[in-house]
Amino acid sequence: MGKIFKDDVSIVLSGEAGQGIQTIEKILTKILKEEGFNVFATKEYMSRIRGGSNSTEIRVGSDTVRTHINKIDLLLPLTKKSVDHLENRIDTETIIIAEKETLNLDNKNLIDIPIFKIANEIGSKIYSNIVAVGFVLSLFGIEKEQLKKHMENYFAKKSKDIIQKNIQAIEKGYDEGKKLYSSEDLKIQIKNNEETKDNLLINGNDAVALGALAGGCDSIFSYPMTPGTGVLLSLANFSQKFDDILVEQAEDEIAAINMAIGGWYAGARSMVTTSGGGFSLMEEGVSLAGMLESPMVIHIAQRPGPATGLPTRTAQEDLNLALYSGHGEFPRIIYAPGNIEDAFFISQKAFNEADKYQVPVFLLTDQYFVDSYYNVKKFNLDNIKIEKYFIKTDKNYKRYKITENGISPRGIPNYGEGIVGVDSDEHDEYGHITEDLDIRIKMMDKRMGKLDLLKENAIMPEIIGSEDFKNLIISWGSNYNSVKEALKKSKIKNTSMLHFTQLYPLNNKVKDLLKKAEKIIVVENNATGQFANLLKLETNINIDNRILKYDGMPFSVEELIKKIEEII
Amino acid sequence: MNETKTFSLDYEDNLDIAWCPGCGNFGILNLLKKTLEEIENLNPENFVLVSGIGQAAKIPHYFKTNFFNGLHGRALPAATAIKATRPDLTVIAESGEGDMYGEGGNHFIHTIRRNINITNIVHDNMIYGLTKGQASPTTQTGMTTPVQVNGVILKPFNPIAVAIATGATFVARGSVTDPKTTTEIIKEAIKHPGYALVDIYQPCVTFNKINTFKWFKDHTYKLDEKYDYTNKEEAIKLALKEDEFPLGIIYKNTERKPFDEQLSIYKNTKEPLYKRQRNLKRIEEFINSKK
Ligand SMILES: Cc1ncc(C[n+]2csc(CCOP(=O)(O)OP(=O)(O)O)c2C)c(N)n1
Ligand code: SF4
Repeated sequence: MGKIFKDDVSIVLSGEAGQGIQTIEKILTKILKEEGFNVFATKEYMSRIRGGSNSTEIRVGSDTVRTHINKIDLLLPLTKKSVDHLENRIDTETIIIAEKETLNLDNKNLIDIPIFKIANEIGSKIYSNIVAVGFVLSLFGIEKEQLKKHMENYFAKKSKDIIQKNIQAIEKGYDEGKKLYSSEDLKIQIKNNEETKDNLLINGNDAVALGALAGGCDSIFSYPMTPGTGVLLSLANFSQKFDDILVEQAEDEIAAINMAIGGWYAGARSMVTTSGGGFSLMEEGVSLAGMLESPMVIHIAQRPGPATGLPTRTAQEDLNLALYSGHGEFPRIIYAPGNIEDAFFISQKAFNEADKYQVPVFLLTDQYFVDSYYNVKKFNLDNIKIEKYFIKTDKNYKRYKITENGISPRGIPNYGEGIVGVDSDEHDEYGHITEDLDIRIKMMDKRMGKLDLLKENAIMPEIIGSEDFKNLIISWGSNYNSVKEALKKSKIKNTSMLHFTQLYPLNNKVKDLLKKAEKIIVVENNATGQFANLLKLETNINIDNRILKYDGMPFSVEELIKKIEEII
Repeated sequence: MNETKTFSLDYEDNLDIAWCPGCGNFGILNLLKKTLEEIENLNPENFVLVSGIGQAAKIPHYFKTNFFNGLHGRALPAATAIKATRPDLTVIAESGEGDMYGEGGNHFIHTIRRNINITNIVHDNMIYGLTKGQASPTTQTGMTTPVQVNGVILKPFNPIAVAIATGATFVARGSVTDPKTTTEIIKEAIKHPGYALVDIYQPCVTFNKINTFKWFKDHTYKLDEKYDYTNKEEAIKLALKEDEFPLGIIYKNTERKPFDEQLSIYKNTKEPLYKRQRNLKRIEEFINSKK
């Protein structure tokens, strides 16, 4: 056949839940990264624990690779069903590596490898995923000895027998691949380098959780809901190392957010993590934070709705929910990180901003974002700080003192001589209930007045490409890397990308930027163009071109190129 | 710093108390004020009164103390987090029975399961006061209201029995008809290391014409000195009696450790979370080990 991949290869491993697809993803990416390759991995899975069709896409590139593409170069299926499931992504170029007889497959690009036979010889078909790993790694020309070392490290905590069997499996798989590699039938010749070896390999979920850790998050209160649960799990994990993090699984989302607000009242930086359905229940609490002027950090990992929708798929459908959540009027900040570094630094910043302005701060991610990962340079924390804003109170302390800029110094109980009262009813400067309508106006003005401050300090969107553009492609959140790669690969001229990390409020200067464009296209994973509508509302600039996708899957680079080219 | 120790009513004279004359809430306010002042080492600075929404829930506004007046039904989650992050504070969560057992019913059960070291005072007037007279979870069967026009057909919720059955470690009933007993109960409840429920009977003179001051007096009795509140079976039996209601500590056990004391954040130090500094260098090392 004589197929050699030089710059970029996309490998998809697929099978049922329970066949160890996630293990393959982990081992393969880890070993490849340690060997100095740039890697990207993302998974798609069904909402079930066994069966179904799950897959993981692993891209390896000479340059960095950071997003999902449709193309599959190598497909390693562990079931026949999973091949049918991926039908739309298999083309005449896709090479399928499988045990032909067992899976009953027929394809002209099929390479017949006895994956299950080998696994069974070793002792059980559970080793078939490791056989597949060995096969793939051989194509990269990695030394067999090296492989053994990686496996020993990876399984270090397991019993001798398990390590031995896994090494046997990986070696047997390796030998099969090596035959093809040596005969130059199938070979991957992507560049690796020393620097990459030292990179971090983390997913969106860890990036948010690590950002929270670096943001001084003292407590997380949450109720599990996919895909928001990951941040709860990560912080629980970190709490074993940093024993100053309180992690509590609340009885429901309503409790969770009320706990987190209680935490801030008491001086502990608190957060919640959830998905749209859980967040719906928290809305009441968001409104409470608005009235109490309590800082709050809310992570929403979006998935398709309405109701429980597609539990394990991706979407950007909850911007409106975050934007309009809670009854009454009060300011808020909405961030949506676009890449791993962003997720870390923005999550860190969220705690300082919440504390500084005493408003709820949202972090909007999505399933695709939290479940994808790639190698990034080590984080440098030199320029970040945990800025705490609560003050020591004096005797006549007033929690809601009317101030010039609308920010009343925030006291906490038993720190200083004052007493601290907060109230969900309209209140006077001491926090006591009032029905005095003049005070009501003063308090509303004080709270709403912060919006101007938030706008002035809002993060400007990032321009990628020339500042001298004719067309603008606008993206937010997890579409960052997909749009970026699409523009890089397409032949479209005079077009730049404008990526928003802060969705609300918008910096006043955004309007001038948008005005410069002749044509604006907004790319979003929802059916109505929620962000496009928000841009229109805030800037009064018409945004007629929208590329929308709402089938529960992220955009692929190819489809973005096609759709953008159609419009421009 | 503690010389200001007085749980006085805030801005004494011109305080506009939003309760009807004769309301049982006054009785609870007065006895609570007295009780708090008598507790050693308790002062308005290291104390937080958390409430929800309702007539009873307005109580923090009539005290000069730290308070968190949150949402209807949500006092317990807020109180839980305040206590969990601040071992230096004494926390009381206080609201009406609609707030605690109705809207907040789920939190009630799970706060008991946590056994967080707070005191939960419930003003039980067997009616919704603030929203003008609808049935509450403890309204008695048969009573007619503007909503339950043909009479309540539900069986009243039994907070005492539910609390004991779900593992509460301190369960008591007080009544404004017996301030002395109620004061003693509250003192014990605050001292109790764990979640303490104090359900207090209180007449609503405007909307509940059946369960009046006299009715509460006639239908309650003080528990005998010899009553053994550590006997769970007896306590349950007593709790299930629904014609005459005992006042006093009905059940108590100190074997279960409170939630807050078991948290890993207090493994090495009791220092409240707000005082701790997270070391960014250590975090940087930790993150950068994630290869
Ligand atoms: C979410 C929500 N639902 C309803 C209300 C309206 N509401 C205010 S107080 C109350 C009932 C109060 O009854 P209870 O807790 O028994 O207190 P009481 O007024 O009798 O002291 C209700 C339903 C509210 N404030 N919030
Ligand atoms: S309505 Fe009832 S509970 Fe409310 S103040 Fe009047 S008497 Fe008291």
